[in-house]
Amino acid sequence: MATRLTQLTPAAAAEPALSKQEVLRYSRHLIMPEVGMDGQLKLKKSRVLMVGCGGLGAPLGLYLAAAGVGRLGIVDFDTVDFTNLQRQVTFGTSDVGRKKLEAARERLANLNPEIQIDAFETRLTSENALDILRDYDIVVDGTDNFPTRYLVNDACVLLGKPNVYGSIFRFEGQASIFGHPGGPCYRCLYPEPPPPGLVPSCAEGGVLGVLPGIIGCIQAMETIKLIIGKGDSLVGRLLLFDAMGMRFRELKLRKNPECPVCGEHPTVTKLIDYAEFCGIRGEEAPTQIAAAIPEITPKQLKQRFDRGDDIYILDVREPHEYQICNLNGHLIPLGELPKRVSELDSSREIVAHCRSGKRSGEAVEFLLKAGFRKISNLKGGILAWSDEVDPSVPKY
Amino acid sequence: MPVKVIIPTPLRQFAGKHESVSLEAGTVGDALTALTSQFSDLKKHLYSDDGRLRSFVNVYVNDEDIRYLQREKTAVQQGDTISIVPSIAGGAKA
Repeated sequence: MATRLTQLTPAAAAEPALSKQEVLRYSRHLIMPEVGMDGQLKLKKSRVLMVGCGGLGAPLGLYLAAAGVGRLGIVDFDTVDFTNLQRQVTFGTSDVGRKKLEAARERLANLNPEIQIDAFETRLTSENALDILRDYDIVVDGTDNFPTRYLVNDACVLLGKPNVYGSIFRFEGQASIFGHPGGPCYRCLYPEPPPPGLVPSCAEGGVLGVLPGIIGCIQAMETIKLIIGKGDSLVGRLLLFDAMGMRFRELKLRKNPECPVCGEHPTVTKLIDYAEFCGIRGEEAPTQIAAAIPEITPKQLKQRFDRGDDIYILDVREPHEYQICNLNGHLIPLGELPKRVSELDSSREIVAHCRSGKRSGEAVEFLLKAGFRKISNLKGGILAWSDEVDPSVPKY
Repeated sequence: MPVKVIIPTPLRQFAGKHESVSLEAGTVGDALTALTSQFSDLKKHLYSDDGRLRSFVNVYVNDEDIRYLQREKTAVQQGDTISIVPSIAGGAKA
């Protein structure tokens, strides 16, 4: 009779077995020669760390738990937000406001109570990364920012652990495996990150909810294949997915012999300050620009309207945003402003707005340089208008 | 030689929203010059001030990274596809 193990102690980890219940649970794996008892036992012994439990982490966690990965670590410090539910399918509406880790642990334990789930409610940093990653065999990167991606990459290379990578943008995705011994790492592909602000985030650019679902599933698939040692992995291959065209393409990834982390003469031998590496220095830079730009708060604008002042509202968002909600402004998307500036009358008082105040800040900066004087930026954008003046205006 | 240049999503807004563009070029460098001449906004996203390709943007001819070929001098033939692949991270505000 097989011994049932609920805790992977070092001695027991050497010889796990499957209980009758586990055999039944995983029967669809066991009846395939590519997996079989061998493969399932490898899954049971495996220790996988998921960095991030959001868009990519949702399907990833679900499928790794379902597959019987014996020990699943999750690193995430975030809280479930209402806007997450469009894609982060581990969570439900009743989880909004809860810590993602708590909600994920509950969901995954319900899906598969046989596995051990380690929760790390912390931001992954240069101080803790090596310690956290050390106990796992494979790391899956489901993060949402460049500094953490470089951190995960470097930590994996330093520790010799494969990093199953996936990333998304709107309706395109990428997947690969970095840091596999002998294979390329993330820095072989991208030695440097883009400067902040150049590549929009999901909040700014949007994302088709199911896209991280597809890429997260691909990451889960690659993780499982690595564990059972079957199939052709994505080591040395960059998989590109175009959801709109429904096309997969593949590019060759080579190990860069001069890579500063995994090359023949590495210069990065310990974890660095990744925020600095990615050029982010707190909030200094943005507020310096904001300070120079004339601003008006939603309450102040409302007072001006109520007084009957003649204010021209310039909306620099995109047409599809105007359809969601608007302040009856004159719509000139930011990208078109240089060409359409003649539509504006510089003798009138103009208040520019966008969704949150960032794009309109750029518009005001541009118009000031173009010689406009009676121009100001609506602080906080239409979101702040909804919060402070008119709650009937939907936020998005 | 007409070659196809695939524009990645984050850069399509600077390339007239095209997914791909067909250009006459003999080398990758020629193709990128033709591309940035046609779409001047694209230039600063592909090239730094000193005229070099930005390191968070990779360029491939078919499935090979030009860094392992002859970089911008890599010759292209009819039917080749040049892919521009920038790094993406999704999620949080940069």
